[in-house]
Amino acid sequence: MASPAPLPPVEAHVGARLALAEHLLACESAVACARAMVEWLARQFGVAVACLGPGDTGTASVCLASEGLTGAQQGVLARAWDAPSSVLASFRTRPGARWLAADALEGAAFPGGFLAVPLGRPGAPAVALLGVGLSGPGVPQDVAWVASCAGPLIARLAASDARAPRRPEPDRLLRRVINAVSDPVLLTDAEGGLLFANGRAEALLVAGPDASPGRARAVELNQRLFRETLAQGGATGVHRREVPLVDPVEGMDLLFELVTTPVLAPDGPAVVVSVLRNVTDLGRAAQALGESYRRLRATEREARSERHRLDRVLDSVADPIILSDPSGGMVMMNDPAERLFAPPHAGGDTADAAGRRGHANEALFASFLSNLLGNVHADVSRWKSQLTLDDPATGAPLPMEALASKVLGDQGELTGIVTVFHDRTEMLERARLLERVKEVSSELEARVLSATAELAEQNEKLRRQAIQLEQASAAKSQFLANMSHEFRTPLNAILGYTNMLLQGVSGEMTPPQRRNLTRIDSNGRHLLEVINEILDITRIEAGRMPLHLTDFGLPELLQEVMAEMDPIIARSKLAVETRLEDELPGVWSDRQKVKQIVLNLLSNALKFTHEGGVQVAAEYQVATSTFAISVKDTGIGIDVSNQEKIFEDFQQVDSSPTRAYGGTGLGLSICRRLAAMLGGRVSLQSSPGQGSTFTLHFPRRARRT
Amino acid sequence: MTNSPEKQKPLVLVVDDYQDAREMYAEYLEFSGFRVAEAKNGQEALDKAFELVPDVILMDLSLPVMDGWEATRRLKGDARTRHIPVVALTGHALKGHSEDANQAGCDAYVTKPCLPDALVEQVRLMVKRRDEAQAR
Repeated sequence: MASPAPLPPVEAHVGARLALAEHLLACESAVACARAMVEWLARQFGVAVACLGPGDTGTASVCLASEGLTGAQQGVLARAWDAPSSVLASFRTRPGARWLAADALEGAAFPGGFLAVPLGRPGAPAVALLGVGLSGPGVPQDVAWVASCAGPLIARLAASDARAPRRPEPDRLLRRVINAVSDPVLLTDAEGGLLFANGRAEALLVAGPDASPGRARAVELNQRLFRETLAQGGATGVHRREVPLVDPVEGMDLLFELVTTPVLAPDGPAVVVSVLRNVTDLGRAAQALGESYRRLRATEREARSERHRLDRVLDSVADPIILSDPSGGMVMMNDPAERLFAPPHAGGDTADAAGRRGHANEALFASFLSNLLGNVHADVSRWKSQLTLDDPATGAPLPMEALASKVLGDQGELTGIVTVFHDRTEMLERARLLERVKEVSSELEARVLSATAELAEQNEKLRRQAIQLEQASAAKSQFLANMSHEFRTPLNAILGYTNMLLQGVSGEMTPPQRRNLTRIDSNGRHLLEVINEILDITRIEAGRMPLHLTDFGLPELLQEVMAEMDPIIARSKLAVETRLEDELPGVWSDRQKVKQIVLNLLSNALKFTHEGGVQVAAEYQVATSTFAISVKDTGIGIDVSNQEKIFEDFQQVDSSPTRAYGGTGLGLSICRRLAAMLGGRVSLQSSPGQGSTFTLHFPRRARRT
Repeated sequence: MTNSPEKQKPLVLVVDDYQDAREMYAEYLEFSGFRVAEAKNGQEALDKAFELVPDVILMDLSLPVMDGWEATRRLKGDARTRHIPVVALTGHALKGHSEDANQAGCDAYVTKPCLPDALVEQVRLMVKRRDEAQAR
């Protein structure tokens, strides 16, 4: 075989290629496809082109389309393609373009040679041949591209062209009629193989090779479901059953009723006619109906339990409640109301009486209701009244308050009347009690008023008495002051003359005379002491003993005291010592009063001490800025129970007429008063037989009060 | 008629309306070596003082006709008697009397009851003080 000469490629425009590709895809038969290809090549490159392929009869190949070839040339080529031993025929199983010399084909000579290109699916024997007669040098490069595009297309179209005529063709009109049926209709063989499907059925159960994967899957599922349902039916008779399918486009679940009818085809084999009816909506409707029925039942149940609960609630209310219709007829009543208006009939006399009372109550209620119903004013929606019913069981009167309210409908029309009774027995009792409480309270108030008035009167009396007492007290003080003066004047003479006699002014006296005079003298002095002390207390009480505050030192004061007491100390034969703290600060106080107190305490100590000693000590307490002058004795001591008493006026521990110790019993009382004037106090520590310690505490600087 | 030794004894005018007290002091003063003149009210005291010009006057303050304060004021207001020490005597130990007495011009103050010896002591003190003042 001669080797092809190198030819320069010739290329078509890209736009022309695109146009050809679109044209090819739109072809529905191998012939149309071949024609488009041949015309395009001839127009683009001005060459002679032919396409050989299977003819309509299915036996011999024909020239499907050609340009620039004579009929003889077409015949030669077709025969050469079919001839088993020809060069051309060998291309059926050998892919790729071949160049044949100008004289290779008898009767079909081309000046530039002949380019043969097998057409078909890659890897499969070629079904057609593209032949290009070359007139000069230069091979169109697009031949290979056209062959690769059109080859598989022609192969497929040629195959389907060959299959179609083998199917038994139903009558055209019948077919249109069936197609027009809105339900899917199918014809299947006994095994379920699909023989025919109308448009609706195809939409559900047939997918073309170029269908989307989603649709292919849906159709596959539908076919399986359909076959399974079909297999359930018997071979004879009409069967109805439901088959669930999927809408291949929308993906929704659909429900179909399948009616199958076996039919004997005219040519023998048994086939089955299936009609599907879409009952999806029906199924949904049935489902919705079931749902609403269920809901209705639930609502009814709920309403019943609601009603039951309402009954229970109403029954549990202690107050009787009655619901009446607009004409006054009884609709319902709770248990307490039943006991009042419809007592149970137990038989016997008591039950009859109860029934009679119940009827009487009912009659009262009816007349009460008629008041409300007879009221022409529409705006009166409530009616309150007081009824006295009889207790059906006992016949006791029951004061009741009835409150009736109109029950209005949505449009404001009267639908009923609800009446609630309230037992007023307790309320009346409360009102009665309240009234009684008010009475008692006003009585009490009157009593309080009179008591207050009395009290005020007594207060006034007391006030007057207080004034009188004050006046009397002042008068007493004045009287005592005068008295003491009047006492003193004769006492002065008594003491003076006694003193003179004892001094021997009137000559020497016998010892008995002197002894008696001494007794007069000492008793006179005692009387003077008593008078002086009474005067002191009187002055203190009358507020006529002012403070004389001066600066002074305690050592000098105590020295003075010791000096004044020296005669008594000497007589007592007691050891008396003074202990002074070093560096006692100066005092700002009433010197005379401090001295008087210390004198008094010391003279008491000497009087009540028979053996041992007396110690006078003074110290300053920095923390409290106070002085403490203590007089400590080893005397008889004082029982705790008497320690307070001795500070009172005219009190001694022993105040019996036969007491062992003299004295007015005013000394400590005065001491305490004087100490208080200085802002201080007198304290006592003692126990019987252990001696006593009296201490005067007073501030370093006294304040005028 | 008495002469120098009698003249040497100081004259004390005792003024007191209470006779027992007056005479008691007088007796004790005489017993103690004094001459004594007596007066029983303020007016009499003035008359005696102007007449006798005593060395010391013991003046009770509560007196009829003219009280001791007034009498003392007058004595101290008169050139003839101004120099005579006046010792006030009172049974009213109430506060304030001593101050009134000092204001009136009293030179000393004695509270009754006052024993005769204590009073004589006071009189001696006054005489001594006057003598010292004159010696100076």
